[in-house]
Amino acid sequence: MTTSLKELSKIPMKLTPGHRLCAGCAEPIVARQVLMATEKPVVVANATGCFEVSTTIYPYTAWNVPWIHTAFGNAAATCAGVESAYHALRRKGKIDQEMRFVAFGGDGATYDIGFQSLSGAIERGHQFLYVCFNNEAYMNTGIQRSGATAKGASTTTCPAGSCVPGKQQYPKDLTMIIAAHELPYAAQAAPHNWKDLIAKAAKGFEIGGPAFLNTLTPCPRGWRHDSDKTIDMSKLAVETCIWPLYEYENGKFRLTAESARIAEGKMEKKPVSEWINSQGRFKHLTKDRWMDVADAIQEEIDRKWNKLIQLTKL
Amino acid sequence: MKTVKTATMGGRIVEPGSAMKFETGDWRSHKPVLERDMCIDCLTCWIYCPDDSVLVKDGKMGGFRYTHCKGCGICARACPKKAITMVEEDE
Amino acid sequence: MTGNLGINGDSAVALAWKQVDPDVCAAYPITPQTIIVERFSDYVADGEVETEFVCTESEHSAMTVCIASASAGARTVTATASAGLAYMWETLGIASGLRVPLTMTVANRALSGPLNIHCDHSDVMAARDLGWIIMFAENVQEAYDNAIMAMRIAEHPDVQLPVMTNLDGFILTHAIERMTPLDTHAVKDFVGEYKPLYPLLDVKNPVTHGVMDLQDSYFEHRYQVNQAMKASAKVIEQVFKEFGEISGRHYDMIETYKCDDADYVTLTIGSTAGTMKAAVDELRAEGHKVGAVKLKVMRPFPAQNLRDVMAGKKCVAVMDRHLIVGVSGPVFLEVAADLMDLPDCPKLVNYVYGLGGRDVMVEDLKQVYMNMMNDKQDKVNYLGVKL
Repeated sequence: MTTSLKELSKIPMKLTPGHRLCAGCAEPIVARQVLMATEKPVVVANATGCFEVSTTIYPYTAWNVPWIHTAFGNAAATCAGVESAYHALRRKGKIDQEMRFVAFGGDGATYDIGFQSLSGAIERGHQFLYVCFNNEAYMNTGIQRSGATAKGASTTTCPAGSCVPGKQQYPKDLTMIIAAHELPYAAQAAPHNWKDLIAKAAKGFEIGGPAFLNTLTPCPRGWRHDSDKTIDMSKLAVETCIWPLYEYENGKFRLTAESARIAEGKMEKKPVSEWINSQGRFKHLTKDRWMDVADAIQEEIDRKWNKLIQLTKL
Repeated sequence: MKTVKTATMGGRIVEPGSAMKFETGDWRSHKPVLERDMCIDCLTCWIYCPDDSVLVKDGKMGGFRYTHCKGCGICARACPKKAITMVEEDE
Repeated sequence: MTGNLGINGDSAVALAWKQVDPDVCAAYPITPQTIIVERFSDYVADGEVETEFVCTESEHSAMTVCIASASAGARTVTATASAGLAYMWETLGIASGLRVPLTMTVANRALSGPLNIHCDHSDVMAARDLGWIIMFAENVQEAYDNAIMAMRIAEHPDVQLPVMTNLDGFILTHAIERMTPLDTHAVKDFVGEYKPLYPLLDVKNPVTHGVMDLQDSYFEHRYQVNQAMKASAKVIEQVFKEFGEISGRHYDMIETYKCDDADYVTLTIGSTAGTMKAAVDELRAEGHKVGAVKLKVMRPFPAQNLRDVMAGKKCVAVMDRHLIVGVSGPVFLEVAADLMDLPDCPKLVNYVYGLGGRDVMVEDLKQVYMNMMNDKQDKVNYLGVKL
């Protein structure tokens, strides 16, 4: 798998410009990187959401590869359907080349409404890579809370008001839940570290069974930061251990990239307060009144970080 | 393609990448400008562009696809040599 | 009915699938469809079919897998009932709107609540708006024949719509009847090879499938679906003709029984259409001029066929095994709209019957005719409910 940008830049575009995602959206950054991770012909399944809607407004498509969208909570089943057809036709000799199958879905489509179909597709062992674009809310419908929304984050269905400081619950740890399926490969990645993300996507494509790649996709609109800060946010999420970079491969957990360096003490672990201060969705947490929420978030991040480190030692 | 006679069956789009015809360049209020002498062709701007609007020619930074660049400014922030500046779009 | 095989309806559908050997089948079990998927699983396990059989974790996923599989280029089948059809409701309109030629057998069973696992038509009737071709079966033979013909109809280039073939839950799914299957060779010849339009797996010609329409194009795409549904009537009649030539069984969009000189006629769907013929025979023996119409194909709606047979009749009783709450049965509404501008439009009455598997006997159906003859009924009647 080639890892130089010069080499990667020679790969023909699978996703073209002309899509209507917001300026500075992380989703197409991740998608471009994922699609560079395989040289085999690829078919894409996509859940309803920003990415699907913005890349395929009839009669325009930003897709240079076969692509299908059916509904919201079923990207995994959609992908499984294409993959099943592939196996059936390959067996009958009607298709003579190897192909790869990738599903894209937001956190809404993956953590919540599409969770069941993802779990089922993994249990059945379909050979596909599922990539979650986690921007921590249902962004396409207007920034409503999802199971992935951070504690304390203000969204339109858990706003920071005079009585309640945003979301009460901690986010669901979907990557761990998927790893509990004991599938061949699961990982967390983030778009600032393209080398790490592409390597993980490449592994997922070649693992020969279900693979899950959870990517943090900062959202300038929903997180309330400037559109040029997307990559900065991605980096900060990893440096604060809000979004550790790790892999689960054949039963073993392993930290990668910056997260590995932080665990080894070779890189500074930044305080969560930097994360909170960087985005408008958390600005109410900087007030004295909600200081305990900010503290609780730091505690929870530390607890999960330490737990993850323990898991890598098993 | 928007009448009963001309619309595709089921809305299928059979011309891949037709979105290239939809020029999102008019979204921006600021545009990236490259200081070529400072550029080291690391292609960091290229990998981070959400709109694949950094042109690469023979492995080197070849300018911007202004027809589609939305002016998000990620490239300017990411450039390790500060070779890209965001300037206000002309009237 | 003569035939050389004693088999229940579900097993007959599974047999039809076996003989076709579809590329993919994705399904979730639900009473009374379960025997279809169980029998088919046996064929898979014994290597009698090459089908990629996907046991999905829900019906929503089952239909999703089927839509994606058929779009990818594989001949795909599934089956469900009642709550399963309800669970996949969102995807039904997607299958038709995206013009996906797949076939599904529905074992008609009441929708909840309360929970009832027995036969009525509430499941299919609640989905009749959604752009699927809808066919019914009076008996096990028809259920088997429909499952085969459905593929030719769905896959026809002028149609490209999903087809739903229905059979009454328990009454046909589980009851053993005599039927005559075709030779496997004849089935394979009849359905032929699936020739998909713009398959996803044709990577040399990448297609984008399942787009977003804004306000400027959705109406036109729906209109096209409407056109295809109407065009399918001709295709269905052609397929019936060809099937008749290889099987000796000649079907039609509607089937009439002793209607020519009848003054009083009923319209029925499914197994009760068979019972109705017995009622007609008994009344005819008593000298009454009565007849029965069976609605075999409901979508596309056989508007002209019904007008042709019903014009000039004194009274038509439309039998509905589903109740649109607060209104009437659904077929009644569609027939009324169809006939209302006839200069010799018959009097129309509705009988809602058999909900939740409530049995309907020959005597009950004879009473329907007696009521018509004595002009003693309401516009909407509830046959068999215990007040």
